[in-house]
Amino acid sequence: MTQYAENIYSMDGNCPMEDKFSSGYFDVVVEPGRSILRYWSDLWRFRELMYFLAWRDILVRYKQTVIGIAWSVLRPFVTMIVFTIVFGKLAKLPSHGLPYPVMVFAAMLPWQFFASSLTECSNSLIENANMLTKVYFPRMLIPASCIAVSIVDFAISLVMLSGMMVWYQVTPSWRIMTIPLFFMLALLTSLGFGLWMAALNVKYRDFRYVVPFIVQFGLFISPIGFSSSIVPEEWRLLYSLNPMVGVIDGFRWALLGSSADISWTGLVLSIAVALLVGILGTGYFRKTEHYFADII
Amino acid sequence: MTVVKIENLGKKYLLTHKRKEPYLAFRDVMSEPFRRVGKFLAGGTMTGAVTESCEEFWALQDVSFEISQGEKIGIIGRNGAGKSTLLKILSRIVEPTTGRIGIKGRVASLLEVGTGFHPELTGRENIYLNGAILGMSRFEIARNFDEIVDFAEVERFLDTPVKRFSSGMYVRLAFAVAAHLEPEILIVDEVLAVGDAQFQKKCLGKMEDVSKKDGKTIFFVSHNMQAIRQFCNRCILLKSGTVISDDNTDTVIKKYLDTTAIAGNDELPLLISKLPQDSVFKLEDIRILQNGEPVINKAENGQQLEIEMQYMLYERIIGFRIFFDLYDRDETFLFRTFHDDSYGKIESMGPGRYVSRGIIPANFLSPTSYEIRVLATIYDVRMCIPYPGLRIPIEVERTGVVNRAYLAEPIRGKLAPLIEWTTSIIE
Repeated sequence: MTQYAENIYSMDGNCPMEDKFSSGYFDVVVEPGRSILRYWSDLWRFRELMYFLAWRDILVRYKQTVIGIAWSVLRPFVTMIVFTIVFGKLAKLPSHGLPYPVMVFAAMLPWQFFASSLTECSNSLIENANMLTKVYFPRMLIPASCIAVSIVDFAISLVMLSGMMVWYQVTPSWRIMTIPLFFMLALLTSLGFGLWMAALNVKYRDFRYVVPFIVQFGLFISPIGFSSSIVPEEWRLLYSLNPMVGVIDGFRWALLGSSADISWTGLVLSIAVALLVGILGTGYFRKTEHYFADII
Repeated sequence: MTVVKIENLGKKYLLTHKRKEPYLAFRDVMSEPFRRVGKFLAGGTMTGAVTESCEEFWALQDVSFEISQGEKIGIIGRNGAGKSTLLKILSRIVEPTTGRIGIKGRVASLLEVGTGFHPELTGRENIYLNGAILGMSRFEIARNFDEIVDFAEVERFLDTPVKRFSSGMYVRLAFAVAAHLEPEILIVDEVLAVGDAQFQKKCLGKMEDVSKKDGKTIFFVSHNMQAIRQFCNRCILLKSGTVISDDNTDTVIKKYLDTTAIAGNDELPLLISKLPQDSVFKLEDIRILQNGEPVINKAENGQQLEIEMQYMLYERIIGFRIFFDLYDRDETFLFRTFHDDSYGKIESMGPGRYVSRGIIPANFLSPTSYEIRVLATIYDVRMCIPYPGLRIPIEVERTGVVNRAYLAEPIRGKLAPLIEWTTSIIE
């Protein structure tokens, strides 16, 4: 075998064997565990693919649906009506002078974003299994591009909310400028959980049943149909361990100026939890992604 | 100039036996301790008894070679020899267990045509998407767009969702995108096995053009020796995960054909165990017999050849068919034969262990190299053994009565059946 290989080798000049690997002669070196080093630069190199994947998901989402974009409007809208009736009218929970529908909808916005991101992310790798086993790219692109669809939905809902605020004559203050910060917090939470679930789903397929459960459960334990102020003071801190509590309170504070809802220590705690989830989720994903193609 | 260097490359897989589901479920992991305790209480031992047997399997072991720029390397070997694993590691899809690879230049790998094609998207949209997946930039795709469309001959359907494409159009479009990749190193798995003969020829021609023009380095895996001969100047022969020959194409192909008389008794069970799992069907064994003895080296064309397939059916199935195709070494499809060819109506088969035996009559095969591809299907439902099937190479030697008066004369043709002839003098 070696005869042929050696011929080429000697033609190549006198570069000793070891040097080629260590001297940076090669653009890519593949070896066990090596990929970590190049990962983040690869992520940047493949940014265009992420754009295309996001574009695909958005296109596909609205093709062959009768009412297209209306779906992303209808879902939060109907949930809002139900919550307003159940919590506002029947249970008569306080809304601190705000119109109940607006208060609910301001919370639906980040929650819907989180829920759909998490659901899409967690199934994304399985759904794209074929690509995973045939082409190389940083695997994180797939769940990350899924979030793009949720961002579009979020933007649509945001327009709806502005309409509602005009209708109910709620005027926002300067605090609306802080919305991007709270959105970042929602993004971090979604991405952290999403990556985690996506990676777990590759190895243990029953996570596809766990995620809908988390989402359904979360809808009721997060302050969506009600204001966080009804949570007894001594439980507030514990309650804030759910990072979406910080996000939702923040949204209400920034959009509607309802300072009754927000607890600043709670917010700090939520941010800390979101950061932790983000780090752990990314970490777990990074640790396991090298064997995705082997077991998916 | 060296563009690829591979050192002591190895890839280990763990084969777990006796697992029913193809993937691990979290509930199994959770319930395992309880199962063990249950077993213990029932009088068994706490350890060992329940653990699934885990077997190490080296798909590649100690592979080293070096490739210079512009070389066209054919990678050949039987099914399960490690070709695809090697390509997957080269493409960075899976990580090696040992060793390392250095790559200089941009790599594009084409392990399948149409990766990432979305049926709902139009031809135009899929060109962009697939191009991006294969590593082209938006600018590159836009620049080559017209050429891609031309090559694929799908102008009229550009704005039709690809789910409405015929399979021919689909493959043409997919290959057209791939053919316009502009990497320095191109890795191609057996993708040319799709599409009609004419299009295959066009693809091969295109690949040849491209590679000659810009001195691209190409890795090419195929079972089609014709294509390898036409295309590659160097070949690497893999067997059971190791390189057994690395030389110019003709030498290696000859070696391949010489050493691959028949799937050895040791390899067939491995190939069978690597088949994808099916919920109702399990192939257990394949035996190739002549005179009641397993064929070890070469079969004789003067004796009938029995192909015996043993399998389990777990449920009653209507329209289950086990069958095999006979190919010659140049990938020419000679015939297909089903176990129920003579039945006259669609049968229903109950659960149980079956043996189906197909007999190729004596004085029918030509003294040459064939490949038997065993497949199974449930009619109109799905393939139980997917294409191309379990491939068993088989070498046939001349012992029959055909043409025996002229032994010095080689038998020409893919088959040499003994036809009934009558010749009488009429005048």
